[in-house]
Amino acid sequence: MDAFKRRKLANAVVLLLSTAAALFGIMWLFWILGVLLYKGFSTLSLEVFLGNPPSPGDNTGGLKHAIVGQTLIVLTATIIGVPLGILAGTYLSEYGKNSKLANFIRDMSDVMMSVPSIVVGTFIYAILVKPVGHFMGFAGALSLAVMMIPIILRTTDDMLRMVPPELREAAYALGATKFKVIKDVVYRSAITGILTGVILAVARIGGETAPLLFTSFNNNFFTLDMTQPMASLTVTMYDYAMSPYEYWQKLAWAAAIILTFGVLGANILGRIMTQWKFKK
Amino acid sequence: MKNSKLLDWTFEKVSFASALLLLIVLFALFVVLYKESSLSIHTFGIWKFITSKVWNPPLEKFGGAPAIFGTIVSTIISIFIAVPVAIGIAIFLTEVAPPFLKTPVGVAIELLAAIPSIIYGMWGLFYFAPFMRDKLQPVIHATLGKLPVIGEWFSGYTPGIGLLTASIVLSIMILPFTAAISRDSFNMVPDILKESAYALGATKWDVMKDVVIPYAKMGVIGGIILSLGRALGETMAVTFVMGNQPVIPQSLLEPATSITVTLANEFTEADTDLYLSSLFYLALILFALSFVVIVIGKFLFLKKVER
Repeated sequence: MDAFKRRKLANAVVLLLSTAAALFGIMWLFWILGVLLYKGFSTLSLEVFLGNPPSPGDNTGGLKHAIVGQTLIVLTATIIGVPLGILAGTYLSEYGKNSKLANFIRDMSDVMMSVPSIVVGTFIYAILVKPVGHFMGFAGALSLAVMMIPIILRTTDDMLRMVPPELREAAYALGATKFKVIKDVVYRSAITGILTGVILAVARIGGETAPLLFTSFNNNFFTLDMTQPMASLTVTMYDYAMSPYEYWQKLAWAAAIILTFGVLGANILGRIMTQWKFKK
Repeated sequence: MKNSKLLDWTFEKVSFASALLLLIVLFALFVVLYKESSLSIHTFGIWKFITSKVWNPPLEKFGGAPAIFGTIVSTIISIFIAVPVAIGIAIFLTEVAPPFLKTPVGVAIELLAAIPSIIYGMWGLFYFAPFMRDKLQPVIHATLGKLPVIGEWFSGYTPGIGLLTASIVLSIMILPFTAAISRDSFNMVPDILKESAYALGATKWDVMKDVVIPYAKMGVIGGIILSLGRALGETMAVTFVMGNQPVIPQSLLEPATSITVTLANEFTEADTDLYLSSLFYLALILFALSFVVIVIGKFLFLKKVER
């Protein structure tokens, strides 16, 4: 019976340890979230959303420039990245199928998904910022788009392949061309899945800082011009957090909570859509 | 009729071009980074750049050793901290947690993986670094610092910013990712295998160690390697707390640098061609490192799981 007791004991110890590990891990994460909520909410005010950028040492001002800049950059990245990602995913699922080239592109897109984001930033700097001679909002959008394409490609490919082949065959039997089949049958049945992929991709790139550091850079003035340096919530956070002014650091926490809520909101929306799709 | 044929043909070609674009961008990444760093490669060579410890912009002397050292050491330490905890969380989520806890804890872990890394960095600078300085540092001095040989790695008094602080923040950052991927591998073990072991009188731990872990081994190792790739390229979580000192520190508590930290801090300040080119050289090394790590993780381990 000794062996039995030993096994029971080992079992109890391991279960306890794993619970402790879970608590330990979750503790850090709650600490971070708690700080974020506490610091963020205490600084939020209407002025944070609508105020003009603060000047050094000044105790007024807001993040309007960064919020608008962030929105413009992410929106432009989406406009560039989404069509390209969906088209490429369509190629893999509808034309390439299991050919060697299609599988190679799938593998390479997985690799590209894990390329360090700061490396993408240096790449866009070299091909766009350096030749033009100055930082610009559009370059930031382009580097986010580069990171977005493989994510959308992968989800589109997966979602389209889940559309039953019978649906396509039925449409072909009615004399539809391939383009019509893809547009009216395949896309239509996979639209929720594709949209979910887009939302999750936006959530993923929306919180990126590193690729914007040397592409869109920062701008302490409000601008809508994508060919000029442009503020984003993330880079503004970085600069303000490192600044010596207390009010700027406060604004950095406000930016942190706005950004986190935006990203988490998009993420939760994507998750709800996934469940909704599979329930149907 | 002719029109729809043309449309068909155009759509196929356009979608094909979009798919090819991905390969072109990935290839261009390599070529452009190589081209931009060629000046530095020709000036310093490969081996000399990797081993040279001097990073002195005013004197135009650039060696990559401090940054590469910081990147590799912080990645390894963070993996050593994160992996046991992540596997513990995965065991908790698959075997220990009562059903009513499984979903909320699982979703919480996944959402935490979605929090932008800059948040971890800011928390690290304003909260964890002071905690490290006031609370953890004395404990580390009293325990790890007393050990023979490696004690020296844990000596010295610092404002809480340094290699070890960055590694710990990094490990918290990759924790949700590693936990989620290990849990998914554990969940892939067929219930029937676990049930047969339980029917033979095995305890939960027996089932974990003799059925689940051997079955899910490849997936977990693949997941760990992917986390490694993440930690290598992570920028914002470490930039705040690494200290940005281009030296190889004597002690893990001292400020250091890493490839991503150097890039984030110095890229926009590089005023000479050689300086900028050396930074591109570091980016190329980081890209190559993470490329190799991802390919090993994805194709050596995770591919076998899928089949």
